[in-house]
Amino acid sequence: MDYGTTYLVLAIVFGLFMAWGIGANDVANAMATSVGSKAITIKQAVIIAAIFEFAGAILAGGQVTSTIRKGIIDVSDLGASPEVLIFGMLAALLAAGTWLLIASFKGWPVSTTHSIVGSIVGFAIVGIGMDAVYWGKLGTIVMSWVTSPLLAGVISYMLFRSIQRLILDTEKPLDNARKYVPYYVFLVGFVLALVTIMKGLKHVGLDLSTGESVSAALVCGVLTTLLGKYLVSRVKFDPNADRDFHYANVEKTFGALMVLTACAMAFAHGSNDVANAIGPLAAINSIVSTGELSQKSPLPLWILFVGGVGIVLGLAMYGRKVIETVGSKITELTPSRGFCCTLSAASTVVLASGMGLPISTTHTMVGAVLGVGMARGISSLDMGVVRGIFMSWIITLPIGGVLAITFFFILKTTFG
Amino acid sequence: MASKNYLTGLFGASPVAPLQSHMKIVDECVSKLIDLFENMAAGNVVEVEKVYQQIAVLEQQADDKKHTLREQLPTGLFMPIERQDLLDALRTQDLLANRARDIAGIVVGRKLQFPEQAAQRVIELVKATVETCHQALRVVNELDELVETGFRGHAVHVVEAMLAELDDLESETDRIQVSLREDLFAVEKDLYAVDVIFMYQVIGSIAKIADDAERVGRRFQLMLAK
Repeated sequence: MDYGTTYLVLAIVFGLFMAWGIGANDVANAMATSVGSKAITIKQAVIIAAIFEFAGAILAGGQVTSTIRKGIIDVSDLGASPEVLIFGMLAALLAAGTWLLIASFKGWPVSTTHSIVGSIVGFAIVGIGMDAVYWGKLGTIVMSWVTSPLLAGVISYMLFRSIQRLILDTEKPLDNARKYVPYYVFLVGFVLALVTIMKGLKHVGLDLSTGESVSAALVCGVLTTLLGKYLVSRVKFDPNADRDFHYANVEKTFGALMVLTACAMAFAHGSNDVANAIGPLAAINSIVSTGELSQKSPLPLWILFVGGVGIVLGLAMYGRKVIETVGSKITELTPSRGFCCTLSAASTVVLASGMGLPISTTHTMVGAVLGVGMARGISSLDMGVVRGIFMSWIITLPIGGVLAITFFFILKTTFG
Repeated sequence: MASKNYLTGLFGASPVAPLQSHMKIVDECVSKLIDLFENMAAGNVVEVEKVYQQIAVLEQQADDKKHTLREQLPTGLFMPIERQDLLDALRTQDLLANRARDIAGIVVGRKLQFPEQAAQRVIELVKATVETCHQALRVVNELDELVETGFRGHAVHVVEAMLAELDDLESETDRIQVSLREDLFAVEKDLYAVDVIFMYQVIGSIAKIADDAERVGRRFQLMLAK
């Protein structure tokens, strides 16, 4: 391997840049619903995002990373020329980065995940061959892009309906809010803990049985609930606030718990999206360090670390501003709605992370918002965005692919 | 890096607050009719003219508000309220202000003086009509709470009770209108015929305001039923 170190450095630079972009741009979409409903401040959002994106990336980001790294394409045919995979993965990173730059400049609803997957598949078809793509697995991934917003929508619809039934539509919504709301966050604690414990802790060297994992997750859920109760008990209610709008204090109750759901969302986002940046890096690293196409080597923790650092850097340098802009435009979302959306999106994304499915966090969030809308919970939604998302599903794969092929040949002629 | 964001694009501007503020202006506009008729009964021609100008200004404001709200409701919106219901409610609300201006216009233009027996009754009718308008405004002001609860449960009962009251208020205006027409009928042969025609027209228009205020409420009933 003549240029081993060069490749690795390039991969780290590209991967960091990609992670930086995710931190700068994508994180805003994960945090905006919390900021927009004024449940947390921008400063809180940045701190929560920094901590939990990082934690999500390290603790639960491994599954999706290995899917990106080796779950989409079969490289066993490459044999003697592992460089092809290196060029391909570098090209994929460049292609996805370029496409995202164009898309975010134009305001198109394009997902980081879709771009990177499209790029990898594109290069694989041309650089290795049609057979190199695990079409079945790719099918599952593409299906998950449709099912994840749907699932989030169904969950948020049901959550919102249950909140209506138990709290909003009752004679004493405030009393009921204080009574029931803490229990909703049980779901947050349980799902997050379960996925982390079952899928993430292996990287850290801890391996528990299923039974142990579930009980540990249950304990986490209960702890989260207790924390929720504490947060609600701290809320100061102002009877005067209810004069004009009878639900002001009820909304406050939800607002108090959005700190928790915002943490969950940041964690979920980190766990799924970090892979887009470091999956290719992980693939390149394993070739460079072993000199062969070993698909068995485990994912080194430092790579997840690179991803986490990149996201936090992007967040710190640029993300704050984006969160502010996006959050200031989502003011129509009240805490109760934001709570439903974040809760269901976070659960869906974390589940996908656990299954190793790379999905789009933002599209999932959009699905969750629509779910609440279906329950007549949001005063107006612009369905043009949904059309845009359908379009982006269709065009991102081919465009990412074509771009990746272009970069692949450029890199190949430069280095090869 | 990011110049536009599509998550923000997902949230359309809420029609609720603009609809409410439109109704508030309309209600203010209609309420001025009390001033108008009281000054007319007292014979303060200058004051009547002033109130007429105020009514015209408010009607114009309501009109502008209506146009802005219509512009922000493109067809691709997904709302908890049918777009058609919303636009109908808006149109009906706006009609209230239009009628108020027309009535004021006739009163000023024709220097209309109701005969003594009828003058007090007209003020009574105007006051009752303004009451229905206030009640309609109260119903419209509940819209944000209805959206909050997703058009279900407790808030719906509250609004339904308000609508029932709105109906009662409107019936009251009908009752007053009948007596007023009787009062006028008793003395009409002694009055200038053209004036009498306009008096009946004004009475009819005031009654229509109450009808339309009730129709605003009825639109809400339709929104609830879906």
